[in-house]
Amino acid sequence: MSDVVLEINNLETYYGPIMAIRGVSLKVNQGEIVAVLGANGAGKTTLLKTISGALNSSKGEILLAGRPVQNRDPDWVAAQGVAHVPEGREVFPFLTVYENLMLGAYRRRDAKGIAGDLQMVYEYFPALKERTSQMACYLSGGQQQMLAIGRACMSRPRLMLLDEPSLGLSPVLVKSIFQVIRRLNQEQGITVLLVEQNAVVALQTSQRAYVMEVGGVVMDGASAELAQSEDIREFYLGQKSAGVRGTRRWKKRKTWR
Amino acid sequence: MTSQDILNLLLIGISQGCAYGLVALGFVLIYKATEIVNFSHGEFMMLGGFVSLPLIAFFGFWPGIICAVLAMAVTGFLLDSLVMRRIIGESQASVFILTVAFGFIFRSFAGMVWGWEAIPFPDFFTGSLNVGGLTMRTNRIAIIVATVVLCVLLYAFFSRTKVGIAMQAASQNQLAAYYMSIPVKTLVSVVWALGAAVAAVAGIFNAPFTQVDTHVGGLGLKALAGAIVGGFGSIPGALLGCILIGVMEPFSDLFFPTLKGVSAYALMLVVLFVRPEGLIAQTFAKKV
Repeated sequence: MSDVVLEINNLETYYGPIMAIRGVSLKVNQGEIVAVLGANGAGKTTLLKTISGALNSSKGEILLAGRPVQNRDPDWVAAQGVAHVPEGREVFPFLTVYENLMLGAYRRRDAKGIAGDLQMVYEYFPALKERTSQMACYLSGGQQQMLAIGRACMSRPRLMLLDEPSLGLSPVLVKSIFQVIRRLNQEQGITVLLVEQNAVVALQTSQRAYVMEVGGVVMDGASAELAQSEDIREFYLGQKSAGVRGTRRWKKRKTWR
Repeated sequence: MTSQDILNLLLIGISQGCAYGLVALGFVLIYKATEIVNFSHGEFMMLGGFVSLPLIAFFGFWPGIICAVLAMAVTGFLLDSLVMRRIIGESQASVFILTVAFGFIFRSFAGMVWGWEAIPFPDFFTGSLNVGGLTMRTNRIAIIVATVVLCVLLYAFFSRTKVGIAMQAASQNQLAAYYMSIPVKTLVSVVWALGAAVAAVAGIFNAPFTQVDTHVGGLGLKALAGAIVGGFGSIPGALLGCILIGVMEPFSDLFFPTLKGVSAYALMLVVLFVRPEGLIAQTFAKKV
């Protein structure tokens, strides 16, 4: 069996008075891309924030390579090798592309390795190389997403948490970003936990997937199988089988309820 | 009034403005890192002057000053890591009251330890300098030089060093900075330390003029007015505003003696009416 990078058991997180995560368990193995699908408000982003320590959990455990990391400060969790690429990029707007990338390697001391990784990031994202001394706020949305992913790569993460990398990008850009994610996974061996609303791309990119609804995991399995499942096809991929149309659609109950 | 008098007043004004600027520098740094306006900053400055007295007596002049600046840096660091950190997320009013309260505490502390009477401070450089017929006390020039040197040092620190860039990052996007494994809490405390150290420098370099007095902290308010005039949250703006106020004061004292002491605030009021974002708006130059 492959090594387990991330294991979450019965995690519960409150967002103010609201219970946003209701007992989630999941596992990410070394070298995998695992997707978490779900609609708005399903708790996907909350899940990632809980993993990276931006939110505290009230119950359950998060194990990173077997060691508990729940309820620690996010800078500590990041230093353990979790690189969080937050929703909406969140680059440092008034720093240059180069400075943004180097901040990704903040805890590293190996100058040679950092220089090598910088070249690697520039190879994957040539658009960044042309703009090294430009402030990040002047980049386009797609370039900012590349910068956010590249910045995360600079820490040589054990696990990369990707929150909605497709947000606000054109279909062409989405395609190319996910291509790079796949290449990073295959060529650099970066393990990825991917949260995505765009189920089509997410299922194509990932090996396994979990489906979340109102704070809980309702379905999981190999991505290829999930893509074939009736419910996923209808509710997430927007493909309806013949006969289920119009008025009857909303009456149909999902099998997991 | 000869042109020489005007030049003289101008130079005095610039050096006074630099003194305000040194104070403003400190709390703009803290404001940018934490969005807390430290109303006890003038008291930091005052405390710097007082702390330097026994240290100078013990270690000698320059080593004593360096020790005083370091001691204030430690005070700033502890103030944040023990107290201010806990109030993050509370309402602005509570934060305001807390910093004002610390001002009172510092002032009372200094009064109890060193007495409420003003204590004379040894001159840095006795004598005066003669440049092109202009006589100026060397102490005045020392303030200008200190301000320029500190600005260059701080600029180099924030734009060239890894920690400085990380501080900028933390002020621009705190959560993302955490995700980069930047120890944001510690860095914020370091910014407080820097701010307090700069305040101590201001207090010490001002001491030959103001003497070491518990009421020196009022200068912090003038610096605040200067920072507001220049555009709060922008360091070049704060310096510009403070120098503007410093230059304006001797002239207004001369021509409108009734306005003595309030001209700085009058200017602040006018700027707030006409251009509330300040002369150099923060959005225009958001670089720490």
